[in-house]
Amino acid sequence: MFNALSDAGSPQGGQDAGTEGQEFRRTERRLLLEAYFDFIRIRFLTMLAYRLNYYTGILIYSLNIGVNYFTWKAIYGQGESLGGFTAAQMTTYVAVSWMARAFYFNNLDREISTDIRDGSIAIQFIRPYNYVLAKMMQGLGEGMFRFLLFMIPGMALAMLLFPVHLPHDPAAWAGFLVMLFFSFLINSQINIITGLLAFFVENNEGLMRMKRVVVDLFSGLIIPISLFPGWLSSILKLLPFQAITYLPGSVFTGRVQGVGIWNVFGIQIIWFAVLLIPLFWLYRAARQRLFVQGG
Amino acid sequence: MYHLGLLSEYLKNYMKTRLTYRADFWVEVLSDLLFQATNLIFIFVIFMHTNSLAGWSQDEVVFVYGFFMVPWGVFACFVNMWNFSERYIVKGEMDRILTRPAHNLFQIFLENVDPPSLIGSLIGLLIMAVSGLNLGLPFEWWTIPALILLTISAAAIYMGIYTTLTALSFFSDAPTGIIPLMYNIQSYGRYPVTIYNRVIQVLLTWILPFAFVGVYPAGLFLQREEMTRMALLTPVMGAIFVSIGLFVWSRGVRKYKGAGS
Repeated sequence: MFNALSDAGSPQGGQDAGTEGQEFRRTERRLLLEAYFDFIRIRFLTMLAYRLNYYTGILIYSLNIGVNYFTWKAIYGQGESLGGFTAAQMTTYVAVSWMARAFYFNNLDREISTDIRDGSIAIQFIRPYNYVLAKMMQGLGEGMFRFLLFMIPGMALAMLLFPVHLPHDPAAWAGFLVMLFFSFLINSQINIITGLLAFFVENNEGLMRMKRVVVDLFSGLIIPISLFPGWLSSILKLLPFQAITYLPGSVFTGRVQGVGIWNVFGIQIIWFAVLLIPLFWLYRAARQRLFVQGG
Repeated sequence: MYHLGLLSEYLKNYMKTRLTYRADFWVEVLSDLLFQATNLIFIFVIFMHTNSLAGWSQDEVVFVYGFFMVPWGVFACFVNMWNFSERYIVKGEMDRILTRPAHNLFQIFLENVDPPSLIGSLIGLLIMAVSGLNLGLPFEWWTIPALILLTISAAAIYMGIYTTLTALSFFSDAPTGIIPLMYNIQSYGRYPVTIYNRVIQVLLTWILPFAFVGVYPAGLFLQREEMTRMALLTPVMGAIFVSIGLFVWSRGVRKYKGAGS
């Protein structure tokens, strides 16, 4: 998926020789593939070593679900349906959204900006892999850990504590899981873009914090998009953030069914493709900028 | 007097270091406020779909949130121990603290003062003023003194709880995730407690008294009769929790042996 990126700039040593023969190139590609796989594996194992920290994470996410659940419950005292959500759907939406965040959340932005600020990115740029792709793989390793040891037990706890109704339709499950993976991809893309901006602004600490607030608020995690006032929700439908939480959540609560699932999935794919452009551009500009400074 | 002098010296020092990087300073203040703003946006959006949250109007809930911001800002300014374990115990900085003439806990507070947090308090006051005017709340002679007393009491509750939890790192060397957990529980205090079920209400009142940092004291100004008694109890709870915090802290300091390097 990042072919365009690696062709454009990654220093894959010896590839331009051409005469070395196909055999050599094939071995090299295999080694590179294994290296990327190792990025996933190593990050997964590292996270596993610190799994204790995530037990409190599960409690914190349940607390956040709780405060939203009780607030919504108090509001639903009078009305039957708000913004197209019934009370039961809202409970499920809140729980599923937070637990989806347990999976897709990562700190790639912070990792990249730390690499940039302490200069270790220079070393990583000389290595024969694509830096952005390697970060994405590390994110994937973290995501796998979060999925198995954070999201699934968290969901189990949330179902014990709150009246969450999971769908029986296998299509909703399949749709949700695929879309959840794209939530991860889109969120990681946004994180990588934010991180790479550290090349261009002196201190992107504030930028990273603002990004976190914007993603939580505009992705529909805190408030479902359909409950925002009309003008705001129509703006938010033109932004990539809804593809992170709101769209998969809508599929899973059964608000979007049948052909509609393909439509919302299409929106996610479009955003995934569109976000590759600034990512690609920033990565190229960043490399040039680094070389100007002499590495 | 001695302690006040120290405080002003540390504050001057803080301003000098921070104003070297002015842009960073304002970006951080702004992003903190943005975080607070999401909570307000949540309140505004839910009140577009209802006109009462368990019998509380929008202005009342916003007022509670405004009050909630005031003691939090004061607490975050003067008590800032989020990385205590790494900075003072793992690195052995606590050795240095213990050789200083000021009381060790006070010295740690001094070294970590964070005045920008007070901007949150000011905005909280502004929010209270605006929603208070909308509600036509009376401004009595006791309003300002009560506000000061309740703010100090609520900040004391925070200080007691977080000092107790921070002092736990004297007893166990594994950094615990309990402080972020507490931080998330306290957000329950910014809504009328009556929306929660019985168990959570009791928990928020007597065990982790975060109802006393938001809704109970705010209820006094909102003339909520059912909360007046609880509001008047806030200073008592503050005193109790600060005492617990100081007790656990001094026990912890006695146990401290230094990191050895």
